[in-house]
Amino acid sequence: MSDVNATHPLDLESPRVSVRKPGVRHDKQGTMTDAERVAAAITNFRNDFSAATAAYLESCIHCGQCAEACHFYVATHDPKYTPIWKLEPFKRAYQREAGPFAWLYKAFNLNREVTLRELEEWQELLYDSCTMCGRCTMICPMGIDIAELVGLARNGMFHAGLVPHELWAVAERAEREGSPLGATPRMLRERIAWLAEEHDVEIPLDRSRADMLATLSSIEIMKYPQSIVALAKILNRIGVSWTIRSDGYEATNFGMLSGNAAWQRDSSMRIINAAIACGAQTVVLPECGHAYGALRWKGANIYGKPLPFKVLHISEFLAENVRNGRLKLRRLGGLVTFHDPCQISRRGGATAAPREVLHALGVELREMESTGDMNWCCGGGGGVVAIHRADALRYQAFEIKMKQVERTGADVLATSCSNCRQTFDDGKAHFGWDRQMSSLLELVAGHLA
Amino acid sequence: MDLLEFARGPALIASLLVLIGGSAWRIFAIFLVPPKPDLSEPRDARWMAGALRTIFGRMIPKKEFRETEKLATLNAYFYHIGLAILVFGFAPHVNFVQRLTGFGWPALPGPVVYVAVGITFVSILIALMERLTDPVLRLLSNFDDYFSWLVTFLPLATGMGVLSHPFPAAIASGPPLDPVPLAIHLLSVELLFVWLPFGKLSHAFLAFVSRAITGAGFARKGAAT
Repeated sequence: MSDVNATHPLDLESPRVSVRKPGVRHDKQGTMTDAERVAAAITNFRNDFSAATAAYLESCIHCGQCAEACHFYVATHDPKYTPIWKLEPFKRAYQREAGPFAWLYKAFNLNREVTLRELEEWQELLYDSCTMCGRCTMICPMGIDIAELVGLARNGMFHAGLVPHELWAVAERAEREGSPLGATPRMLRERIAWLAEEHDVEIPLDRSRADMLATLSSIEIMKYPQSIVALAKILNRIGVSWTIRSDGYEATNFGMLSGNAAWQRDSSMRIINAAIACGAQTVVLPECGHAYGALRWKGANIYGKPLPFKVLHISEFLAENVRNGRLKLRRLGGLVTFHDPCQISRRGGATAAPREVLHALGVELREMESTGDMNWCCGGGGGVVAIHRADALRYQAFEIKMKQVERTGADVLATSCSNCRQTFDDGKAHFGWDRQMSSLLELVAGHLA
Repeated sequence: MDLLEFARGPALIASLLVLIGGSAWRIFAIFLVPPKPDLSEPRDARWMAGALRTIFGRMIPKKEFRETEKLATLNAYFYHIGLAILVFGFAPHVNFVQRLTGFGWPALPGPVVYVAVGITFVSILIALMERLTDPVLRLLSNFDDYFSWLVTFLPLATGMGVLSHPFPAAIASGPPLDPVPLAIHLLSVELLFVWLPFGKLSHAFLAFVSRAITGAGFARKGAAT
């Protein structure tokens, strides 16, 4: 007979036998000592301080309004999910190490040094309970871009080896294999060959020259391959010279989500080099939210100079071609509601594009109550959907989304992010919800005139 | 040198020096940290318009948040506007600034200021109550929050103490009948001056910096703020 783990004793008094106060899991990677982990975190926090981060960290007035913008706080009413609180170690490190009165803070120990225990506790707050959706940025009366700061704080956490295991593992796999979900170049080639044959559609792969490089999300490759067919049908219909390249197809960037700047760079550079190699003037990003932020808004900074090509999200590409008349669509009709992927709309500035496409499809768009730039996140962004210990919390946040959708009375639910789509599918299965998330790209492909 | 002379003389000069020097250093230090240039192709080059839009736009909460943040927002309006009326509209304050700098402006009528005093007093107490009772605010609050509240409240309270002592009819120029309450009031204001650059009250100027940075960055992306 085995003994029950004394760390997590069974609670025999509760109606169902359960583990009393289940311990929070603090994941660690590497073999650093505690002091080395703290030093690594602080050093990397410090490296990320810029004039903008300094201004943000100096300006907080502790008004707590950001709590009401966060789906994780609104779903639980647990104060620890207040967005700015998630940055407390980062703020303290700034005040002690780089703030204008750092010497005072240090000399009189006005601000305690960040400890490993605190960093471990904050792992849940910086990863499991933040999708970096940036809704908090919109409410902050000081205009602090909290989501951006969480991204920076994750860099320090990664270097301290304090990343949730699942997220670390997919990021490491993406670095090693080129894809977080095992969509290796070989698998890509096989899948494209199969899809081309099965759907009788030309899917150009590894062309040496093309005007446009199309990229994919591994979620599409592995879970929604029909998206690749939809993309091919649309691009072929428009008549653009395009290709997918097996040396730069994966648009997701788990290096960025986990906080490893070097891996982020590797992922971005694969696409940048592939686009340059085939002389592409445009890189089209797939239905993936963070892929847009990673290449459209951070790609040039990683490359070190302006990108020699244009970067468009697929919804922007579709809207552009609807506008110039190269993409003609049949009427879809019906009542549709659109879920805005945070990194494309609120944080990417491409809020209007999908609406333009939906208008061309002749649908009646039923906007959610809080929509567009103010949309509620589905809860799966920022790598959260990869962290299984966060599932219970994520489902609570997803209920906000379900209510939003139900109130619209729309028949069709659409989005332009496969990660959101995956989160919706997971939520649907968990709650036994009867709504199906559709891909905007696939709706368009199914209604080509 | 009596207490009032001290408060009007060396204490005032010292506190103003700390206020100006400390605030300048706090802003300067932000820009000592090297900025990271953004090389992405902007969707919109009107970053200045974005910065200004966010500076002013964030004074008004977005409609999505008005319901949940109603009390906090309304209360903040009350004490910010109330304090502005007291500081810039009360005749003795205008005269004080005029004596100090040579610049003056017409003061607001007494009854307007007295109403503002009442509203501000209640409102600032509500702010403290909220901070002490709201779980989110309690978690976030530290010494800075409570001390900043205190140094804001003290000039208001001591100012009311001065009001209870009659000024000469020509309120503009003469000294008060009892100089001690006025000296205490002045010293409380000087404490506020000394603390302002070091604590969260510096949002009086930092708000413009952080709002402008976000506004300019989001305008670049063509995103709304």
